[in-house]
Amino acid sequence: MEVLMAILIGVLTAASVYLMLSENLVRFLFGLILLSNAANLTIFTAGRIDSSAPPLIPVGADAPLTEVANALPQALVLTAIVIGFGLFAFALVLTFRAYTELGTLNTDKMRVAEPIEGEPAAAETRSAGEARS
Amino acid sequence: MNGWILSAPIAIPFAFAVIAFLFRHSPLGRWISVLGSLALLAAASILMNAVLEDGVVATQMGGWPAPFGITFVADLLSAVMVVITAITGLAVSIYALGDVDEKKERLGYHGLFQILIAGVVGAFLTGDLFNLYVWFEVMLIASFGLLILGGEREQIDGGVKYVALNLVSTVMFLTGIGILYGMTGTLNLADLSGAVKEVENTALLTVVAIMFMIAFGVKAALFPLFFWLPASYHTPAFSVSAVFAGLLTKVGVYALIRMFTLVFTADVAFTHNVLLWIAVATMVTGVLGAAAQTDFRKILSFHIVSQIGYMALGLALYTPLALIGAVFYLVHHIIVKANLFLISGVAKRLTGSTELSAIGGLYRASPLLSVLFLIPAFSLAGFPPLSGFWAKYLLVKASLDVEAWIVAAAALIVGALTIYSMTKIWAEAFWKPHPAGVEPGLAALAPAERAALVAPIAALAGLTVVIGLAPEPFLQFAERSANQLLSPEAYITAVLGSAS
Repeated sequence: MEVLMAILIGVLTAASVYLMLSENLVRFLFGLILLSNAANLTIFTAGRIDSSAPPLIPVGADAPLTEVANALPQALVLTAIVIGFGLFAFALVLTFRAYTELGTLNTDKMRVAEPIEGEPAAAETRSAGEARS
Repeated sequence: MNGWILSAPIAIPFAFAVIAFLFRHSPLGRWISVLGSLALLAAASILMNAVLEDGVVATQMGGWPAPFGITFVADLLSAVMVVITAITGLAVSIYALGDVDEKKERLGYHGLFQILIAGVVGAFLTGDLFNLYVWFEVMLIASFGLLILGGEREQIDGGVKYVALNLVSTVMFLTGIGILYGMTGTLNLADLSGAVKEVENTALLTVVAIMFMIAFGVKAALFPLFFWLPASYHTPAFSVSAVFAGLLTKVGVYALIRMFTLVFTADVAFTHNVLLWIAVATMVTGVLGAAAQTDFRKILSFHIVSQIGYMALGLALYTPLALIGAVFYLVHHIIVKANLFLISGVAKRLTGSTELSAIGGLYRASPLLSVLFLIPAFSLAGFPPLSGFWAKYLLVKASLDVEAWIVAAAALIVGALTIYSMTKIWAEAFWKPHPAGVEPGLAALAPAERAALVAPIAALAGLTVVIGLAPEPFLQFAERSANQLLSPEAYITAVLGSAS
């Protein structure tokens, strides 16, 4: 099972690196989602995968009586998913705003904050007003 | 009792964030933010007092004993970082009274600002690796909001780069946490310090150490991971870029210092050597980048990168003297850098721009501001007797002691080049007459606004002078703090109890 998970994580990471190297911002975001899923699976796998009992402690006992599954990685992954979801939602809205304001999704052409000396910023070619309409 | 002392500096900004958000349509909101910063400063002083008396203060959230619960712990380094965060927070929230317009206030500027401060303080106080990740996220999402507040095209453009690179770093951090947990079975920093010594696969441990170095390196803006910083720090409101410049990158440096003195000390010869050359490259590229810029804030942004190199240098040399230098530098730099960004805001207000070729005349029209600029600028470059001189002196001395000649030479040359960019700002913005004939006097501002803008600058400049003229108590403090970092037994005992 661990081997399968490791291969899956590897494939996800490879695909995400491919996507993130693209100059298109939306592809970058897709890559980011894949990468954060790979990270979550890493935590999940690092917590050892086995088919033991659920981590429940019977009434009156202080500790589980038999071998139980490790509950901590799941709690960590859940937290990471929730945080990742929030951040991704923000990044998506920001990308949309960048498209309407700057008129491009090509990261190489986003030079408003750091214009190349002597050249008009490439993203200026389509003004914000036109992009909105 | 410890519980209250440690949770108050985190709870206070969160509480005031909620209140400030509720009052965002009223002028009361900005005063609530100032009040919150004052309350945080009080809580931070109480914490500092407790740490000075007891050494290390720790508490377990929810009463679960470590390493099962989430630990909050403050040693001298954490405590001084919280105090300096509170001071910077107070200065910037007063400055914001005159700097942040009503539109941004209605969008919730003051609430986001307090949440940012809460995230920074939380990152300094937590004793749990996963919890550190959560505080990083709190800080990050608040900083996203502050960065693009107002929605100018420039801000959106800078924001895209800032968000993209920081999110990648976050995922790297998370992966590192996963693998480290898989190897050691714990996430408590004090517990990890012992658990990593029992790991058999030391090569994998070094790989994880490098993953953490990359993740924190992005946050701290180390070479070659700093590109998000000069792309975005010159775009938001001035009070926002001041608090970013002062605090956010330093959280990355703090996390590096914490992890590479407490946990990743197994292969110092390799990891700290890598960090040493990264530090040198960071110093040099940062200062060269600054030399090429012609905008007030862009020059300052590149100088953040260059100065981060000095702090990483102190950690990388890993001798007691070098760590003293790193701690001293950290504190000095937060004050100086935040102050320079605040001054750039006043300069923009008076002259109409931050582009150096389009402004001028500040020396004739506002001599007070000129003096207030010279103090942090000279301190940044390392002129005696200001605070930066002692910080740089310690680090150069430490590198000479271990016979790292190239490193010492780089530190000195970068200092000289820092003077070059500061001279450039001085000559362009202050000395030459304004090209459009404007007489940018401070009298042009309304009295209340003038007080709000100049008072925090004067206070921070005063602090720089005090540290510079009487460095002895600060050096002694840095020495105690460095000793705690190099022999973390007190930290571990405070968290886990003396039994283990």
